[in-house]
Amino acid sequence: MIKGNFIDNLPKVYGIYTGGFLAFIIIMAIGEQMGMSAKAIGIAFVAFTVAIYAIIGYLSRTAQADAYYVAGRQVPTVFNGMATAADWMSGASFVAMAGGIYFKGYGYMALLVGWTGGYVLVASLLAPYLRKFGCYTVPDFIGTRYGGNLSRFLAVVVLTVASFTYVTAQINATGTIASVALDIPFQYAVYVGLVSILLCSMLGGMRGVTWTQVAQYIVLIIAYLLPVFWISNKMGAGFFPHFMLADEVARIADLEVQFGLGTVTNSAADLATVPKGLAGITKAHSAVNATPWAFISLALAMMMGTASLPHVMMRYFTTPSVKAARKSVGWSLFFIFLLYSSAPMLATLSKLSLIDPNLATGIIGKSISEVQAIDWYQNWNQANLMFVSDFNGNGTLELNEFFMGGKAVVLATPEIAGLPYVISGLVAAGGMAAAMSTADGLILAIANALSHDLYYKIIDPKAETAKRLVVARVLLVVIGFAGATIAAMEIQGILGSVIWAFDFAMSGLFFPLVLGVWWKRANREGAIAGMALGLASGMGYLIWVRNGGSGFLGITQLTFGIFGSAVSLVSMVVVSLITSEPDAATQKMVDEVRVPAGKSILGKH
Amino acid sequence: MSKQAQHWEKTRGLLIVTLAIWFVFSIGIFLFGAEMESVGGPFGYPLTYWFTCQGSLGIFVILIFWFANRQEKIDEEFGFSEKGDD
Repeated sequence: MIKGNFIDNLPKVYGIYTGGFLAFIIIMAIGEQMGMSAKAIGIAFVAFTVAIYAIIGYLSRTAQADAYYVAGRQVPTVFNGMATAADWMSGASFVAMAGGIYFKGYGYMALLVGWTGGYVLVASLLAPYLRKFGCYTVPDFIGTRYGGNLSRFLAVVVLTVASFTYVTAQINATGTIASVALDIPFQYAVYVGLVSILLCSMLGGMRGVTWTQVAQYIVLIIAYLLPVFWISNKMGAGFFPHFMLADEVARIADLEVQFGLGTVTNSAADLATVPKGLAGITKAHSAVNATPWAFISLALAMMMGTASLPHVMMRYFTTPSVKAARKSVGWSLFFIFLLYSSAPMLATLSKLSLIDPNLATGIIGKSISEVQAIDWYQNWNQANLMFVSDFNGNGTLELNEFFMGGKAVVLATPEIAGLPYVISGLVAAGGMAAAMSTADGLILAIANALSHDLYYKIIDPKAETAKRLVVARVLLVVIGFAGATIAAMEIQGILGSVIWAFDFAMSGLFFPLVLGVWWKRANREGAIAGMALGLASGMGYLIWVRNGGSGFLGITQLTFGIFGSAVSLVSMVVVSLITSEPDAATQKMVDEVRVPAGKSILGKH
Repeated sequence: MSKQAQHWEKTRGLLIVTLAIWFVFSIGIFLFGAEMESVGGPFGYPLTYWFTCQGSLGIFVILIFWFANRQEKIDEEFGFSEKGDD
């Protein structure tokens, strides 16, 4: 069936794969009609998709450094775009984003703008130049451009701090989904999730991760879009929700006024009875509810963080050329756009279906006892994701008496809208794919930096390829287990730690990376100061604010990277200028990086 | 001026234009979020809401492809583009 080179056959291979996955969904739907239990469908979805990823991971096994670190630099633009989109969109994007929009409205949507706008910086400032450089890892660029072990080491430190903060959240998310779908305790489910993650990356490194990420993107985008379109059609809101929900958005705004949003508030004593982690609808759905600076500072922090996160940047090291790296950034953002532009639509449909008294699914205005008797309410109440209480004692459910967990918007809406259970199984598989693909990218980024930059470049430069790859794999497992162990302790929420990762990355890496290409005068001393002081001041600010510090300029614990990167910029420029300029060889290297043609600085491609 | 310096000057010019457009749609318009709210946007959404859920995001996608094509033209003009592969 498949002849010739794998790369030439990619559209055919993934076309067959997509068809097979759709067929699997149909088989499950038929199974449901024939009486297959909800639990069996959930297990089948997660087990089937994870098994496919594991097979791809096994088929991609390799013993070559080039294939292990950068997938042989032959990933075509569109496929690299899909892989980057999966790498990028984490459990937080998939499960938590629509919920965040649902509860916080405009102020939260700064994240949508920030997490997409950052790609403009990636495409124009960094990706093509780092691709020309021909490095294996981000610290590889820092270490070669600025020279010296200390600069390389500091880049490894920043990368590890940022990526590790991020990865625990992703392993946590795979654990949550595995524990629900497979019905096992969370503490064990975390390790089931971890083993699934390692199956993708361990044998094939970047090559294995690339081809599983493409497969995971296909699963997650189908799992996200299918329910959105289905619910919209079922509600009669429009067959293409993105262009047709204006009336629904306006209707929600009317209902907010009618139900007294913002005027009717709950007493502290009443709120104390609401289970932890659930929130009520207290903010306007579409109206502007944040100050310009609150919105802009959050968006800016996320944009600069995007351009500094190594697991995203290293995806562009895998393209065949500089030209392809640029285009590939565009494709990445296109594939991300498909999901991100759907999240606000899902939030709108989900909210309206619950609060509109004219709809059969609406619960606001019904009697409390009636709502408490609904099947799906009981299920999600038991899962600790939904709660109603008659605070004012009038027997009727008011808007301020309804509480829900953010995750429920994605997880529960299909069921509330009356979609078959097979869709809920599909959503679980999609969430698993989103969290696994991001976790794989992150663990690989850390393990590669430690094995390539710390072990090979600093500790043992004479190590043979076979030995280097053994070290890389051992580190992969060690880091994975460390992440899973911390995830099992459940210290932070998923979304908070994701945002911190962006702030850490931008504090330490944004300016050393950008100025490395765009300012020839930047030198080793400056870069060292920029990374060390940037990360230290960002972290210091976070600790200060977390311990009751007042902060300044409206910079919060979600945007501390703005302070960190400002310190990084100033110290890097000042220290560079008071020390001597880089030697002629380094300046020539920068000139070569700026031109796409010719050999890369490192290696042979 | 050497060929390389000219190439870099044009590249830098393109960067400035790209970042200016980026700045307008990621930061500039949100200085006026409250003012734009009462204005009707595409498909009947309030304008601010439309920008946050589709407008800015879509503009970034188009901007990157536009940038990539322009940069390719600049590279070709000076004979600095790569040969063969894509």
